[in-house]
Amino acid sequence: MMFAAQSIAGFFEKLGGWQYVIAAVIHAVLLVHVFAVSPFAFIWLERKVSGRIQDRLGPTRVGGLFGWLQSLADGIKLVQKEDLCPSAADSMLFRSAPYVVCVSSFAAFMVLPFSHGWVAVAADCGLFIILAILSLEVFGIIMAGYSSGSKWSLFGGMREAAQMVSYEIPLAICALVPVIAAGSLNLGEIGGMQRGWFTNWFMFHDPFTFIAFFVYFVVATASCKRAPFDLAEAESELVGGFHTEYSGMRWSFFFMGEYASMFAVCGIASILFLGGWNTGLAPIDDALYAARNASIDGSSGSAAVGYLANVIGAGIFAAKASFGVFVQVWLRWTLPRLRIDQVMTTCLKYLVPISCFLFLGATLWPLVLVTGLGRTTWNAPIGDRAAEGLRETREGQGGVAVMADPSVDVGLLAPARNGIESEGVVQ
Amino acid sequence: MNGESFLFTAFALATCLGAIAVVFSQTVVRMAFWLVISLGSTAALFFLANADFVGAAQLLIYVGGTLVLLVFGVMLTASGPYLKIATSPGEIVMGSFVGLLFLLVVFASLSIGAGEDNKIHWPNSSVSAAASGSSVIAAGDTLRPLGLSFLGSRPDHDMASDGDALTPGYLLPFEIVSVHLLVVLIGAAYLARAKRRPVEPGSVP
Repeated sequence: MMFAAQSIAGFFEKLGGWQYVIAAVIHAVLLVHVFAVSPFAFIWLERKVSGRIQDRLGPTRVGGLFGWLQSLADGIKLVQKEDLCPSAADSMLFRSAPYVVCVSSFAAFMVLPFSHGWVAVAADCGLFIILAILSLEVFGIIMAGYSSGSKWSLFGGMREAAQMVSYEIPLAICALVPVIAAGSLNLGEIGGMQRGWFTNWFMFHDPFTFIAFFVYFVVATASCKRAPFDLAEAESELVGGFHTEYSGMRWSFFFMGEYASMFAVCGIASILFLGGWNTGLAPIDDALYAARNASIDGSSGSAAVGYLANVIGAGIFAAKASFGVFVQVWLRWTLPRLRIDQVMTTCLKYLVPISCFLFLGATLWPLVLVTGLGRTTWNAPIGDRAAEGLRETREGQGGVAVMADPSVDVGLLAPARNGIESEGVVQ
Repeated sequence: MNGESFLFTAFALATCLGAIAVVFSQTVVRMAFWLVISLGSTAALFFLANADFVGAAQLLIYVGGTLVLLVFGVMLTASGPYLKIATSPGEIVMGSFVGLLFLLVVFASLSIGAGEDNKIHWPNSSVSAAASGSSVIAAGDTLRPLGLSFLGSRPDHDMASDGDALTPGYLLPFEIVSVHLLVVLIGAAYLARAKRRPVEPGSVP
């Protein structure tokens, strides 16, 4: 595998200016596979879990064990279906709406790191970008609802608009609570800071982040319009909601977008709260970290080991995010659907105040601990981990020379050494 | 043509064509769609210029926030299935006059600013451009005196004179314009508010 990687690198150097184009195409193809294959798996999972919850077997016929080819059969069926456009519809908007949904959930993966340094765009305000991109999805849904020329679709689109505009507020505030602890919006850095025992995960950083994880998860479920918040497509009252008039591939684009954004929000949850690609067991994490650091030195064997460590990290990340998706599926088939007024009440009267309280509490928590314990965290200080996370990210990007300067390094680590352990200084 | 300038051309074209399509389409929601294309491409231009935060803010505020509210408002208030806006010839003449005037102002200020004597030369600009290696930065400093004076600093004045008083720039008028926007919003809310009609005796409310 390493030889292959090296030969690819040599190939790129020969191409000169085109190497970025090809690198972009390779990244895009990889992401498309994540984007297309994960719904494949999650739709099967959804059918199977819902079957088990309702005391059925779920799909058994198609494919071998556990009917695992059911999604492929569904896909083939959807490709074959006729692409309908109702005569009352605004055909341009009707046809382009699924692409808006699909592209916006796909673009979110651009800044989502899968492992240390494994991110298409390592942006310093990655969390902000990913939240901004995910908020675009609603526009496609509203467009679909409005342009279908059907009252069911219009109702679905309007509900979706009302729900999204409200739920974006607690989503952003809850995502800020661990950011206060981390002091960074860079998702790679936030993930790198949580190395070590699972008490280092930001979920266990303070009581406010612990509650914020659950509030975030509820709000994220709502923002993917999943049951019990799937008022936009409430089958019992609105036929199919915003996608009533859609069929075939355009219909399936909506669902690919939905499952992909479920994975994206669960991935954000796992990076912000659950340690990202870290196992939560200090010896294993340290070994993986050492393997990655050794690979930076450059010899071929250690590079392969570092690559392997990153593959393991990506697996852990995907497992955590997939578990989040599983819980969302589980919730969907367990809880009854809320009414639209209950959905709005839950958000505006409960979730927004709760998230504001958590935000305030998270800002005050270090001050309380400083007066009580004389330091800002109850467990291992975040200061030295912050510096490591920063260094990891910078070296992963492979360009910025500032962190290689030892004097800067000392400056970053100094607060932890002096025993001040103040997060503010490190930031 | 390297990749960056190709992308810049593509997104700049999408921005302009989207804006033109907003003007020429007659359905409100189609206008909103073209506005999404235009504003989203503007955000892509920001990303291309390494201004990640501004690009994300553009996406979140303009595309994700304002446009969704706009479409939401249309859906709540529309009387027919597809609300249409027809432009009268007078409005077209008026609009094109204002637009051409604005274009003239932008062109004039850019062409004046591009003059060699009017350019600001920062002490380290060539060094930092060479170190960062990005072609957008290396293509020359894009700072113009006009842009800086909107931020409240007048380096062209302050560097020329050795006086102690700093020239305030155009920050105050700029802020007054933004307060004016707030006034417009409140006025619009007042106009759009449901009028209370006196209830006649005997009529069914």
